[in-house]
Amino acid sequence: MSAVGYAAVAGQLVVVGAGAPLLTGWMRQVRARLEGRAGAGVLQPWRDLRKLLRKEPITPVGTGPAFRAAPALLVATTTVAAALVPLLSTDTAVSGHADLIVVVALIALGTLALALAGLDTGTAFGGMGASREMTVAALVEPTLLLSVFALSIPAGTTNIPAIVDGAVHEPARLASPAGLLATAALAVAVLAETGRIPVDNPSTHLELTMIHEAMVLEYAGPDLALVELGAQMRLTLLLGLLSSLFVPWGIATTASWAALVVALVLFAAKLVLLGAVLAAAEVFWAKVRLFRVPELLAGSFLLALLAVTASYFLNGTS
Amino acid sequence: MSGGLYTQLLDLACGAFLLAAVIVLWRRELAAIVRVFALQGIALAAIAVLLGAHEGRWDLVGVGIGIGLLRAGVLPYLMRRALAALAADRAHSEEVRETRPLVNVAASLLTAALLTLLAYAVARPLTQLNPTSATRALPVGLAVVLIGFFVLVTRRRALAQVVGFLLLDNGITATAFLATSGVPLIVELGVSFDVLLAVLVLQILTTRMREAFGTTDIDDLRELHD
Repeated sequence: MSAVGYAAVAGQLVVVGAGAPLLTGWMRQVRARLEGRAGAGVLQPWRDLRKLLRKEPITPVGTGPAFRAAPALLVATTTVAAALVPLLSTDTAVSGHADLIVVVALIALGTLALALAGLDTGTAFGGMGASREMTVAALVEPTLLLSVFALSIPAGTTNIPAIVDGAVHEPARLASPAGLLATAALAVAVLAETGRIPVDNPSTHLELTMIHEAMVLEYAGPDLALVELGAQMRLTLLLGLLSSLFVPWGIATTASWAALVVALVLFAAKLVLLGAVLAAAEVFWAKVRLFRVPELLAGSFLLALLAVTASYFLNGTS
Repeated sequence: MSGGLYTQLLDLACGAFLLAAVIVLWRRELAAIVRVFALQGIALAAIAVLLGAHEGRWDLVGVGIGIGLLRAGVLPYLMRRALAALAADRAHSEEVRETRPLVNVAASLLTAALLTLLAYAVARPLTQLNPTSATRALPVGLAVVLIGFFVLVTRRRALAQVVGFLLLDNGITATAFLATSGVPLIVELGVSFDVLLAVLVLQILTTRMREAFGTTDIDDLRELHD
């Protein structure tokens, strides 16, 4: 494999690792401006991370290995997934291993690690948050899988770089009913998986509604920094996956330096745009009641299933 | 019309047709359900017009336009009038929402997924007889028939049940169009008048029910009185 392939993987890791706090900062800034506030600036999440990393590590009494391993596991699984998903190039050193099921399983492993950590603390909020997170995850993971399956049927493979490569060369695949349904389903699943506003509010610590924040209440110092970085990286990764699958134009499909640079610039532009749209939408949306969340997720699961059936039966591949 | 464009437009119309049936299950406000039903009528008309234009049968295009007028115009108008009558004279808004369906919304959405798969499984031998792009979309019609049945048996409000009945009929019409490339004009006219009369009768029935019992909840009609 050429040096370009390795450079593409390294580039993806740097973009997701270093760009994730910037994306979160950008979304908070857009939201603040739309609400008429000045905002803390795009760099604020990085400053928060630096502050937390300098603090002394503290773990609550009575917590076990699940609590201690979870932040590292969350960041590690997200990093591996970021290396696998074709964010910049479909022709990387690891693109042969970037199977859809592997990527979704890595994301699910991070969710599971955090839920176990929430249970491990033994507090009421930790358990409540873990149980809610698992309820959401049980509906979100199949939706993620199914909505990408809808795109993998015309491509004939579950290898994500191959799916993206096929979509770049045949844009008609995305304009079909299956493509549109899958886009809607995946968008809802991404919002739920990253804990954004219709499902969970990332900026509140209100006891009765929080999901993600309830699990990580007991974390402090460097561990909290890792958990926050992990959550921000997941948001970047999943938005990147959404943009790679449904707006694949600009992703490098050959091993050339020029294509890689173009892909880097376009990927940054796509994420900035997607982040701004999401932040603007969040200003106008209200959080859904917790008991209505399964309805929303079952709806998106159904959309994904319809996308799969449409792409399987209507396209005449049967 | 070229073959590729025709197939894509037909797929799109069938996708919208099925999606509308699913959204009827998803929403609770009866006004939104009626609006989605009107959109489904437009999708059904589009299917008929596309089939007619593809085969050069202008009577089929006429039937499609007639169906569009009836199912996206007249029937939603009648239902909206019944709904306005319900909403007008009651202070609380219980009557205009499907608050407690017999099966909750999340479960009914998952059931709709199963029903769609069942429709695909059942229609498979039919599709294999003559695999064109129209017959390949046949399971969509069957799925809407099944979802219509499901709405009919699980919803409590009389108006939601009317929509379920009409979904069932939309599904039957779509199946007829997709399987046989259109029914004769006289049959379609008969069916359309039948549906129109049924909705008129049901509308009167709904109004009388509300006058007699103060609610349109079908569950309150279990006992016989003399």
